[in-house]
Amino acid sequence: MPVPGATSAPIPASAPAAGYYEFKPFNIGRWIVWSLFAVVLFVAPLLFTSSLSQTMLSQMGIAIIVCLSYNMLLGQGGMLSFGHAVYSGMGSFLAIHTLNMVGKGLPIPVSLIPIVGGLAGMLFAVLFGWVTTKKAATPFAMITLGVGELVWASSLMFPEFFGGEGGISSNRVTGPKPLGITFGPQIQLYYLIAVYTFVCTALMFAFTRTPLGRMLNAVRDNPERVEFVGYDTRKVRYIAFIIAAFFAGISGGLAALNFEIVTSEVVSGPRSGAYLLFTFLGGATFFFGPIIGAVLMVLAFVLLSELTKAWLLYLGLVFLFMVMYAPGGIASLVMMNLRVAAFGRLRELWVSYLALGATALIVLLGAAGMIEMVYHLKLNPALGPELKFLGAPLNAHGVNSWFGCAFVMLTGIGLFELTRRHFVHQWGEIQEYIEKEVKRREALA
Amino acid sequence: MEFFTISLLNGISYGLLLFMLSSGLTLIFSMMGVLNFAHASFYMLGAYFAFTTSQLVGYWPALVVAPLLVALIGALFEKYCLRRVHKFGHVPELLITFGLSFIILEMVQLVWGTSSADYRVPQALGGPLFTLYGTQFPMYRGFMMLVAVLMLIAIWLLLTRTRIGLVIQAALTHPETVEALGHNVPRVFMLVFGGGAALAGLAGVIGGNAFVTEPGMAATVGSVIFVVVVVGGMGSLTGAFVASLLIGVIQTFAVGVDASIMGALNAVGAPITSDTFGYPLWRLKISQIAPILPYLFLVLMLIFRPKGLLGTREG
Repeated sequence: MPVPGATSAPIPASAPAAGYYEFKPFNIGRWIVWSLFAVVLFVAPLLFTSSLSQTMLSQMGIAIIVCLSYNMLLGQGGMLSFGHAVYSGMGSFLAIHTLNMVGKGLPIPVSLIPIVGGLAGMLFAVLFGWVTTKKAATPFAMITLGVGELVWASSLMFPEFFGGEGGISSNRVTGPKPLGITFGPQIQLYYLIAVYTFVCTALMFAFTRTPLGRMLNAVRDNPERVEFVGYDTRKVRYIAFIIAAFFAGISGGLAALNFEIVTSEVVSGPRSGAYLLFTFLGGATFFFGPIIGAVLMVLAFVLLSELTKAWLLYLGLVFLFMVMYAPGGIASLVMMNLRVAAFGRLRELWVSYLALGATALIVLLGAAGMIEMVYHLKLNPALGPELKFLGAPLNAHGVNSWFGCAFVMLTGIGLFELTRRHFVHQWGEIQEYIEKEVKRREALA
Repeated sequence: MEFFTISLLNGISYGLLLFMLSSGLTLIFSMMGVLNFAHASFYMLGAYFAFTTSQLVGYWPALVVAPLLVALIGALFEKYCLRRVHKFGHVPELLITFGLSFIILEMVQLVWGTSSADYRVPQALGGPLFTLYGTQFPMYRGFMMLVAVLMLIAIWLLLTRTRIGLVIQAALTHPETVEALGHNVPRVFMLVFGGGAALAGLAGVIGGNAFVTEPGMAATVGSVIFVVVVVGGMGSLTGAFVASLLIGVIQTFAVGVDASIMGALNAVGAPITSDTFGYPLWRLKISQIAPILPYLFLVLMLIFRPKGLLGTREG
């Protein structure tokens, strides 16, 4: 079930210039988007007031910074790193050690601790990046993995610094308290995280517009030509690596403040893998993609893992399908539809989308029923073969339940295929129209 | 001398197992340009398949059946997933194998449980091969070495002395030409991927009972085989062979050495106490740093010889 258009002509990096409002020196559209982002960051905890949602929102802010910084490597530099957790994790560790020193009288305000984390991440990137950025592409991926393993293995060798199994804990309510802000209540910390998230996002976006950021894209797309023009591709990658690690470190520092405990798990390979996975799912080709990915990451780790035991399997499957059918991630799907909307044809598609969604849901329902039954049989054999799945009683030993689930799934697949064919046809037509329209407008201009 | 000989033998046998693992990875990488992140997962699958098959029909059939099953899974994965992603470039190719490793891990835990499987060395190979300085060298280690060496010879002969090897090698650099000559290039790639997976599966059959068969086994060797491939030189089979032996021997020796820098300095009269700066670092014993030695080796290699031991290209 390929998502049509996902594999067609390369998607332009920005929204089609179908007449956007620009008054020099202000780019109105950009100001609106960034104001909206600020408003969302500000309003979110006022709408979701429970303590669970506040912790989740805080984690989302942290995740947004680290995923964006990861995308600086993956999306902008074409560097697939398997060791990004090293830099956010080392940021966490140095931040929590600094926090403990603040408790002993070091005069640094708590709100600046994340910067310490950022500097720590940067320092480690200066060290390790010098080795890892010697290579690009696939060898780079393997080497970052090796360096990640190196740090992870040493974290068990130095319990004084990494705190061994128990980790290092601290207390963020310490040091001077300007305006009575203690960072004791979660909401105060949330706003600190929100400010950092906004500033870091803005800085990282600004980075994409700098000559260095542009050069990084060139290094990703055509390293030979960059070399030929006289730039050192390795130096560009190295500098970008350091900058990305700085932001990762900030996120690590914020995480240290948020959880008040850092265990060696934060530098582990699975953590790096999670950053990679969700940055990609969100969409590495667009700047805002990782933000979507980060939100999904927190939702998956906090909510999905509570909901079902099989969440890692679902995650792996979703990832597999995304790589196969929508390698641009969720962001690219959004942008493709925005393009259709910009040409005023999105309205025709909504029936198809509804049908696709409904049939996909049926497939998912049948498949999930079977997956849940298998997990139930394996993990809770003592509870007997009965389980509740979305309120429906299933019997994992009964033929009826299996037959029912399989039937639901197969019906879903059949219906999905029918709607998909219709949709592909429709989508192709609209894309053709858009191509023609673009050419026509070009001819007029 | 006793320590030296025994460690050398153990190191070589561990190194040969590493080679069995990394040879498949190197093959797939050099033939298809795909870095298979799920390679260690295929190794794990091989071990579990062998565990189940050996319970049903015995060890010797399992030695053949398990790698074939893994090869089948690898070939199907190539045909239905990897091939679709090929047009998007190298990064999605790598990512999809990364996703596969997640799914295999989850599946293995689902089918065989999260604790280790009771997969044992077969009775016939259980005894000692010979006794050296009073230490018995297990027959199974000898068997492991034998299979690895046979495998090396077989791959080398297949690639350099047969028509199939010629087609495979040409298919990477000149796919259109090979296609024009009437060979089915996608099928060649499918076979190569399946073959590489089978090698990993074979390593799993052999290594699973020599070490331990558990869901974490893919993670333990996963990054070491990448180190082997980088240190040996990307895509060089001989390089992988040398590098795996080197890493196997170094690591095995390190595990047995109990010295530390503190001990050495104390012996020459520069005492280090718990007050000295960096005390935890000086105090570390070589046996304690054994797990990170491969990675240190990787880093040093990259600093001094970025293309690897026998590598031919820099990229």
